[in-house]
Amino acid sequence: MEQKIMTPHRRYLLSVRRKKIFVKLWQFGILAAIIGLWELLTAVGAMDPFFMSSPSRIAVTFAELCAGGDFFYHIGVTLLECVIGFAISMGVGSVIAVLLWLSESARRVAEPYLVVLNALPKIALGPLIIIWVGSGTKAIVLMAVMICIIVTVISVLEGLCSAAPDKLLLLRSMGANRLQLLRYAVLPEALPTFLSVVKINVGLSWVGTIMGEYLVSGAGLGYLIVYGGQVFRTDLVMTATVTLCVLAGGMYGLMSLAEKLCARKKNRRAKEIK
Amino acid sequence: MDEILTLENVSLSYHTARGETEALAGVSFGVRKGEFLAIVGPSGCGKTTVLSVVAGLLRPTSGSVVLDGRPVTGPGGSVGYMLQKDTLFEWLTISRNVELGLKVQKKLTAENRAYARSLLQKYGLEEFADHLPGQLSGGMRQRAALIRTLAFRPKVLLLDEPFSALDYQTRLSVAENVSGIIRSEGVTALLVTHDIAEACSLGDRVVVLSPRPAVVRKIFDIPIAGGPEERRADKRFNDQTNAVWKELKATAEGV
Repeated sequence: MEQKIMTPHRRYLLSVRRKKIFVKLWQFGILAAIIGLWELLTAVGAMDPFFMSSPSRIAVTFAELCAGGDFFYHIGVTLLECVIGFAISMGVGSVIAVLLWLSESARRVAEPYLVVLNALPKIALGPLIIIWVGSGTKAIVLMAVMICIIVTVISVLEGLCSAAPDKLLLLRSMGANRLQLLRYAVLPEALPTFLSVVKINVGLSWVGTIMGEYLVSGAGLGYLIVYGGQVFRTDLVMTATVTLCVLAGGMYGLMSLAEKLCARKKNRRAKEIK
Repeated sequence: MDEILTLENVSLSYHTARGETEALAGVSFGVRKGEFLAIVGPSGCGKTTVLSVVAGLLRPTSGSVVLDGRPVTGPGGSVGYMLQKDTLFEWLTISRNVELGLKVQKKLTAENRAYARSLLQKYGLEEFADHLPGQLSGGMRQRAALIRTLAFRPKVLLLDEPFSALDYQTRLSVAENVSGIIRSEGVTALLVTHDIAEACSLGDRVVVLSPRPAVVRKIFDIPIAGGPEERRADKRFNDQTNAVWKELKATAEGV
């Protein structure tokens, strides 16, 4: 009986929950509507499935590809290239950012180069990349790195440079050298920026990998898309694209989850102390 | 009494592309061991510059700064600097914050740790040692910041308007607190403030600086003893602050 009493707080909680359900319903509803409409329009002949494919054909193609076994190989190739490209960009990019932070002169010298490289459409480097490292996995990873690394350097450097001046002043008055400033204040303060760069790069490394596969590949989801396009198999193109969506979303979700777990651990620690 | 810190004819100019700004034009004064010296001056007169020079963060253009018999040539960790904001590192627990100076100076021995711990205990922060700064009140945070600067046993404590970020009531009680800690630890302190009453309630002597470029205009001996609260209650306190105020007004008007 007690539960039926609507206290203002309970009403508030209920409204929050309702809103959440409302948003989720719409999110799934739109997806279902798109799939349903797509299927319906192709089924009645309003859209030509030869050009547009259709959800049922995608499902069939997906099942065939899975049964063939090759599909997982393609997924694996793309995933691996993407992860390697991502890891190299994050690692090397962050190290470069730290080195630039350590030397103001180097930072100023590098600035115009960073600006130009950032503005340059990296796909323009495609032919050069092939000439330099050949038309294999290396070229694809290099393309992904080219696309991610400049953004990483610029954003991480910005995070490093935004450390609170009074904290640096305090550390310097204690006799801290530049490396100690980095360790005790600059790096911890740049952590949120670093996490946001991680999220941006999850997306960008997919862009780079697929771009690289368009250029040179013999396997991978990008290859399937290009191949499917060339032989006019839109089912294959769509299936690979949808798979790509799921993978990219999954990787992003994984990163968000990792971030959330870190935050929760920190909160729990704070709470335990309380 | 021995002077632990001596500034002699210290001049300093800032250089920018547009030109040169003279901040200090021959500042001379000494701080005795165990003394609490307060510096007041019109705003923008270079009070903070004086502290930066003493800390070795800025090199004077001319003149000398001698700390405990040695000329100051760079930041060496022999001064404790307390800033306007408490500047606690919000991702470190209070005890880690307090040990920061020791860590930076690679002096984090068991003995020094125990000393830092004993300070926390003595000044009522021990039960918060494992808390994060965000869980403490403004006054407690400022106390923790003070203990952080004391933990590595600096020769001189520099205080740069350390209470100005606090509301008035908190400021009074924190000033009382901080002054009590400084006096009971026997630390030499150099305070910079724009608040005349604060200077007179904390300092043994009060130095009045002229507008920029700063020189020492006058040094007042504060004849009233005791903590800030006690002093503020003393009937001589008003006359004292008035005397400093008149001097400050005269120097600001260029008399």
